[in-house]
Amino acid sequence: MASDYAWLVPALPAAATAVIFFFGKRMPKQGAEVGIVAIALALALSVAVAVEVFSANVRAVALFEFAHTVVEEATGGGIQLQMPPGMETYVNERAVVLARFDGESGFQAGTRVDGLVAMMFLLVTFVSATVQVYSTGYMRGDPRYTWFFALLSLFTASMLLLVVANNLMMLLVGWELVGLCSYLLIGFWWEDKRNSDAAIKAFLTTKLGDVGLLVGVIALWAQFRTFHIGDLIDAVAAGQAAFGPLDEGLLTFSLVALFLGCVGKSAQFPLHTWLPDAMAGPTPVSALIHAATMVTAGVFLIARLYPLFQASAPALTVIAVVGAVTLFGAGLLATVEDDVKRVLAYSTVSQLGYMVAALAFSYTAGIFHLFTHGFFKALLFLGAGSLIHATHSNNMSDMGGLRKAMPVTFWTFLAGSLALMAIPPLAGFWSKDEILASALQHGGPTGSLVLVLGVLGSMLTAFYMTRALYLVFAGSYRGEGHPHESPPTMAWPLVALAVPAVGIGFVNLPFPAFHPTGFAAWTAFDLSHFVGHAATFVRTLAFGTTLLALAGIWLGRTLYRGAPAPERDPMLRLGAVSRVLVNRYYLDALYHNLIVRPLRDTVAAAAYWLNDHVIDRIVYLAGVSTARVADVTYAYGDQKGIDGAVNGVGVSANWTGGLVKFVQSGNVQLYAGAMFTGVVVLAIAFAAA
Amino acid sequence: MWEKLAITATVFLPLAGAGVMALIPKAKEESAKAVAVVVSLAALLLSLAILAGYDWGSRGLAFEVDVGWIEAIGARYHVGIDGISLPLFVLSYLLTFLCAVYTFQHLEEPGNPRAFLALMLLLQTGMAGTFIAFDLVLFFVFWELVLVPMYFMIGVWGGPQREYAAVKFFLYTLFGSVFMLVAFLALYFQSGERTFDIVRLAELGQAGQFAGTFGRLAFLGVFLGFAIKVPMWPFHTWLPDAHTEAPTVGSVLLAGILLKMGTYGFVRVALPILPEGALAFAPIIAVLAVVAILYGALCCLAQSDLKRLIAFSSVGHMGFVMLGIATLTPTGINAAIFGMVAHGVITGMLFFVAGSVKERYHTRTIGDIGGGMLQVMPRMGSVLGFVAIASLGLPGLAGFWGEVFALLAAFNPAQSLVDAGYLPLFRTLMVLGAVGTVLTAGYFLWMIQRVMMGHAPDRWRDQPLADVSAIEWGSWTPLLVLIFALGLLPFLVFGVTNPDVTAAVSSTFGS
Repeated sequence: MASDYAWLVPALPAAATAVIFFFGKRMPKQGAEVGIVAIALALALSVAVAVEVFSANVRAVALFEFAHTVVEEATGGGIQLQMPPGMETYVNERAVVLARFDGESGFQAGTRVDGLVAMMFLLVTFVSATVQVYSTGYMRGDPRYTWFFALLSLFTASMLLLVVANNLMMLLVGWELVGLCSYLLIGFWWEDKRNSDAAIKAFLTTKLGDVGLLVGVIALWAQFRTFHIGDLIDAVAAGQAAFGPLDEGLLTFSLVALFLGCVGKSAQFPLHTWLPDAMAGPTPVSALIHAATMVTAGVFLIARLYPLFQASAPALTVIAVVGAVTLFGAGLLATVEDDVKRVLAYSTVSQLGYMVAALAFSYTAGIFHLFTHGFFKALLFLGAGSLIHATHSNNMSDMGGLRKAMPVTFWTFLAGSLALMAIPPLAGFWSKDEILASALQHGGPTGSLVLVLGVLGSMLTAFYMTRALYLVFAGSYRGEGHPHESPPTMAWPLVALAVPAVGIGFVNLPFPAFHPTGFAAWTAFDLSHFVGHAATFVRTLAFGTTLLALAGIWLGRTLYRGAPAPERDPMLRLGAVSRVLVNRYYLDALYHNLIVRPLRDTVAAAAYWLNDHVIDRIVYLAGVSTARVADVTYAYGDQKGIDGAVNGVGVSANWTGGLVKFVQSGNVQLYAGAMFTGVVVLAIAFAAA
Repeated sequence: MWEKLAITATVFLPLAGAGVMALIPKAKEESAKAVAVVVSLAALLLSLAILAGYDWGSRGLAFEVDVGWIEAIGARYHVGIDGISLPLFVLSYLLTFLCAVYTFQHLEEPGNPRAFLALMLLLQTGMAGTFIAFDLVLFFVFWELVLVPMYFMIGVWGGPQREYAAVKFFLYTLFGSVFMLVAFLALYFQSGERTFDIVRLAELGQAGQFAGTFGRLAFLGVFLGFAIKVPMWPFHTWLPDAHTEAPTVGSVLLAGILLKMGTYGFVRVALPILPEGALAFAPIIAVLAVVAILYGALCCLAQSDLKRLIAFSSVGHMGFVMLGIATLTPTGINAAIFGMVAHGVITGMLFFVAGSVKERYHTRTIGDIGGGMLQVMPRMGSVLGFVAIASLGLPGLAGFWGEVFALLAAFNPAQSLVDAGYLPLFRTLMVLGAVGTVLTAGYFLWMIQRVMMGHAPDRWRDQPLADVSAIEWGSWTPLLVLIFALGLLPFLVFGVTNPDVTAAVSSTFGS
């Protein structure tokens, strides 16, 4: 019922965008109220959708398990269970056809609501609501306050469009629009060139990934002749392409290409370099776009097309490896940063790596971490914004001792940090444990890789967050002025986000009794898969990773208890290791010096030189030399003969020739020469034919 | 009555208006602007009446008239309109009207609105006529008619290098038209029934009348004519000069409509009449198209002149259009027509803004503007930014659909091309074209950064630069709305084009 109106969820903030844009400045709260009301309504509708979809899915799971038991009892477990017809997870599709090319292609606008979408609705609208309330405080007094709120609403609408789209073309529209909003918001303070540089870098890096996405979408269309997500899933399940059997090679190609789009958008190695720079944007933007929602679009896309990815083992291997490398490599980078937002940015990259890697093994593990991470990372960023608001600096070296001065920020930041460190029973513990357990269960080379790097990564996470906590909150204040707690408009969103950061993990407790009614059931897309993969809770693994996380905390505490100044930061005194990390593996320099600069300064200049000095030169010389020929031709009166032969040309020639003479008589010869040459060439050619 | 007169009246009304211009005395030459607005508005309304009377979803010619004209050579006055012509036909009237409005804001030296606007109306007749002519002689007359007023617009009202640019434009285009004309004549003789009728020739062509070497040579002839007009790489070098020197209105119409005459020619004449030649040339056209996309983007990165940058961006955008055409599929050609319309709206708009920027700053050099346009002229800067982003192909705006479906078609070209073993080539080209979209985004964002962002140099802050004026809003708003409308409701174009494109293409090339 509510999900019939799912289109309203993106439409509300979209309408808000238009209202704020055109009328916001004349409103009492300069447009912020419109955005907040719209997102509150969208949140309420999302809750209604979630209740409907989640409960329908729980019923479906229960029914399925019942049927499963009956069949097993009747056959003694002797036959493989076939999914009974009509027994499926909840999907609500609505669409209008926008255009159709006869028999070839067409596109429609439609919504496809299932458990995954309902979950994303909840996450996006909730975080967006808290961020917008928070921004009324954080952005107060900014000259482009109204524009900021218009963009937040536009972003939210685009993100929700991406989420709810029932076809890949529409998804692509949302995908690019969130990229545009990201660009505009990173460069929000465009007076400073560093900000606009970061904005361009973000847009172009993700756009490079989008080449893959576009190729992938089109390659899927080439094989299945549809953009429609539901049809794609059905076709792959049936092993049937549009004209014959499924071509697995082409499918893998499509999916790896699609994944390249995810690599760009979800900041996976080696296209992750834009995300830390994107911290140039206002901090609420970092929380909403560059932590909780937009950067998870890539993860979402894999989950959305999960049945396709399941059909391609090579694609899943690529995903696992890229995710594993990212989660560990980015975690290391977070250990040497001084800018608190950049620490969190690398942490985001690392956690996105966890999600991506998880999807190689388990749908639920990947999206569950997406869900929990959205809350606690948004919390951490808004906390960082609160710190920056108070100290007027992004650098932890300018902070210190803020625990007393900013109690709300401290306690909520601590809660978010512990959730991120995966300390039980906070949200991050349950979701990260599910990832590691699924990797363990999967086994094999990729499973082992993700497991080992994932376990080490959780120690790394604990270490860099402990470092940040001590540098910010312990010791004495090193910055300027007298920092104090942020206003209630900023403090309350922190509290609102701290609640799920602490408790949301309980929606998916990994115990058999809880499993069929929890998160895994809510978001299930495939019942048979669901039953085959019962809840996994590996006590030794959970215990071991927790111990490692505690070891990370202990190490961080030992090294940073005194909140040392940057020149005495132990992580910066490791010689070559520190150098490599501080220079971010030299990737930025590599891209800039090997791709951007040569292309922009050398190749482009060379192309333009070629244009002026070769191509255009040939045109010029051809013109001049035909003029010479024409002089001779005129002298001997040859032209008449040809003119007689091709009368039409002659008429036109005299007529236009007269016009040319009118302004620039010297060029008549040039023209006549060109005519002459052309006609002769063609006359000979046709005679030969 | 209306059925028979609609096209003729709509096409020749501007010509009559140009005649009226001549009657305006010198002392009252300012009133020419009002006359031009009235005439072009009347013509626009007539074209909209044709649009309203057009049966969407139908195929074949509407408002058709076919009467004898030059009996001696069998040339006929055969005009009509179908889904392929209609979008471009209406767009030409819209842009001309908006140009007439814009002339109230600004007209380059040496002024003389009577002559300028008379030429503009003459140009309108030529442009619109090209899109409705179904006789090759008539087509050619309209085609050439366009050259003259544009030549004078550039040559008289243009920038410092105007004479060179005007002559180059004129001669280069004419050079191509000569080959085209010879090909037309060859078709006339080869047809066996001495006809110039495009519909009839297409029937003959699809029946195999123009096969073999003849077909290829004839295709080469029309190819040169159209490719120079588009312009395709490497025949494009007249374009940056013409655009840079042309007055604002000239640039808008040149980019908005004139370039489309070339691509339209491919769809209307070259492909249907010479299918065999088209098949042989399609891979070459596709390669040249993708070269244009990448090369145009690279040249844009190297530009320091705002208008020249936009001109080179046209080379790239027309590359996408030609790539769509070269696939010989309904999808590709639908995309191409969408791309033509979108490019007309977006790039027309970009040239309007570039003209207004030049009017304020008295320079188009990006370095001299020096950034910070958003500080000194926030509205102008926002409009420029918006249109630039539309031009880089952002989904949800007009520029997207033409590009994405051209790429889609390039991944799946016509079956006859696949059978000929060109599938790997086309798929490679598709990926390269997609990479071109990144470069396109790159130069536009870099332009936005250098022109709009940062702090404005003191020299601009000290003097008041007037932000977008009421007249400018008047002439721009329809285009800004269209950029949104075409982006959100792509069927506005696809709905009209698809029936005729499918009829014209899939029967010829398979899909």
